[in-house]
Amino acid sequence: MTWEEMAPLLVEATVETAIMVGWSALLTVLLGLPLGVALVVFDRGGLRPLPALKSVLGMVVNVGRSLPFIVLMIAIIPFTRLVVGTTIGTAAVVVPLTVGAVPFFARLVETSLREVDRDVIQAAQAMGAGRATVVAKVLLPEALPGIVAGITVTVVALIGYTAMAGTIGGGGLGDLAIRYGYQRFETGVMVATVVLLVVIVQLMQSLGDYAARRLSHK
Amino acid sequence: MIEVSGLRKAYGRTVALDGVDLSVREGEVYGVVGRSGAGKSTLLRCVNLLERPDSGTVRVAGQELTGLGGRDLNRARRRIGMIHQHFALLSSRTVAGNVAFPLEVMGVPRAERRRRVAELLELVGLNGRERDHPHQLSGGQKQRVGIARALAGKPAVLLSDEATSALDPATTQSILDLLKRLNTELGLTILLITHEMDVIKSVCDSAAIMSGGRVEESGAVADLIRTPGSRLTREIFPLPGPAPAGSVTLTFTGDPQRPLVSEVVRKFDVDVSILGGAIEEIAGGSAGRLRVALIGDEAPAALDYLRESGLLVEVS
Ligand SMILES: Nc1ncnc2c1ncn2[C@@H]1O[C@H](COP(=O)(O)OP(=O)(O)OP(=O)(O)O)[C@@H](O)[C@H]1O
Ligand SMILES: [Mg+2]
Repeated sequence: MTWEEMAPLLVEATVETAIMVGWSALLTVLLGLPLGVALVVFDRGGLRPLPALKSVLGMVVNVGRSLPFIVLMIAIIPFTRLVVGTTIGTAAVVVPLTVGAVPFFARLVETSLREVDRDVIQAAQAMGAGRATVVAKVLLPEALPGIVAGITVTVVALIGYTAMAGTIGGGGLGDLAIRYGYQRFETGVMVATVVLLVVIVQLMQSLGDYAARRLSHK
Repeated sequence: MIEVSGLRKAYGRTVALDGVDLSVREGEVYGVVGRSGAGKSTLLRCVNLLERPDSGTVRVAGQELTGLGGRDLNRARRRIGMIHQHFALLSSRTVAGNVAFPLEVMGVPRAERRRRVAELLELVGLNGRERDHPHQLSGGQKQRVGIARALAGKPAVLLSDEATSALDPATTQSILDLLKRLNTELGLTILLITHEMDVIKSVCDSAAIMSGGRVEESGAVADLIRTPGSRLTREIFPLPGPAPAGSVTLTFTGDPQRPLVSEVVRKFDVDVSILGGAIEEIAGGSAGRLRVALIGDEAPAALDYLRESGLLVEVS
């Protein structure tokens, strides 16, 4: 395959990967952030201790985390159909990607929130700050560098997951590598996708590191 | 201003507070000392109900706090400032942002907030640093931010848990001077915890010693010092070694100019030899302890004379 034949394939696959990762990352942050906050706030010794609720949430997260993505993707096909009306295509891939990444990201959020100095939280309470204020003005801003690092890790993991999601018709770079590089022995395509993936992951990681560093004032 | 009575608090089997009564008058600086684990921090945290006592009551500025919860408690807490050993500043915010925090919590509008922050930073001597982040400041400067933040809500009382323990001696002194200035200029009532006796000596009007969750002694520093066998006195003025048999320990407060020792020597047929001593500025006056041996037949009469002159005389 010539470079001229390969280039449009690569561009198309990169765009597909970007769309899948972009949407699922956005949804993951929107859903995983509150879940991570809930894991901390409802914990014993948290701002609003509700240990039973926290146990249930913790269990759900653990179940999600213990399934390999490829298994999860197939296991939730009925759910995917319910949400987007189809089980193949880019939109259908975003559902399992999000479901797979939310528990992962929520745990990362939980870890960063737990690192916020207890003294600082108590100082805020001593100043008469209510729970919502403590979450919005203390927990989240103080944990922000850690949360940004968590988003970076999640995005990188999502790029990896999209390769598998290709098998249910999502397309993307992983799908391209499998269809051309593996099934049709187009070594050129294989090498090109590998290089592209490495570059994209590097870029994402550097960007995330830079953002986290800029936000951190330690 | 702060009335604590019958306060009890247990953590599992550990009894942190075992019936504590404490009364802090308006406008005074009240120091609490005691060994590690005596319950000092627990007591302080019960005053603004960061810790809910198992029983007992806390009144601050006439308001009973123990009955409050939710919004009412949050509102009451805004009138109680607190400073912390490790400063507890928000690392994500600038100096100005930290001081503005309690004002945001209170719902003070932005323009008013900006004005108050400038005023407060001026008060603690940090103007020009408003855009810095806490990690760019020294320990003493961080504590000044902590103090400015604690004063933002115009509190009637300030609570301080070992606020100078993480600082070097010179910085400690400058923070203590600042607290004393706020006490006299703003009439701020201060309840502070410390393990440094110097803090009691240099800024406190009253003090309490805690041990095992109880208050062992409490009262005006000048009175405690005149109390026979007072542990506070022993802690503030440590004399070398145990008192040898027959030696006399004299504790005096007030007029340091009066040459009592030479008076005694002139009036009575005794010799005085000094075994040890310490004189300190406390609570605005001076006080000291002197360990002496009185040798001579008229020693008992000399001791009576010293007693009559207002000294605390302890014979070992
Ligand atoms: N949150 C807690 N959970 C369990 N035990 C506690 C807790 N807080 C305090 N304690 C216990 O209560 C007792 C009093 O603790 P507190 O922190 O009030 O002592 P302290 O006088 O402030 O000591 P230090 O000088 O070391 O700060 C100690 O035995 C301590 O172990
Ligand atoms: Mg303590």
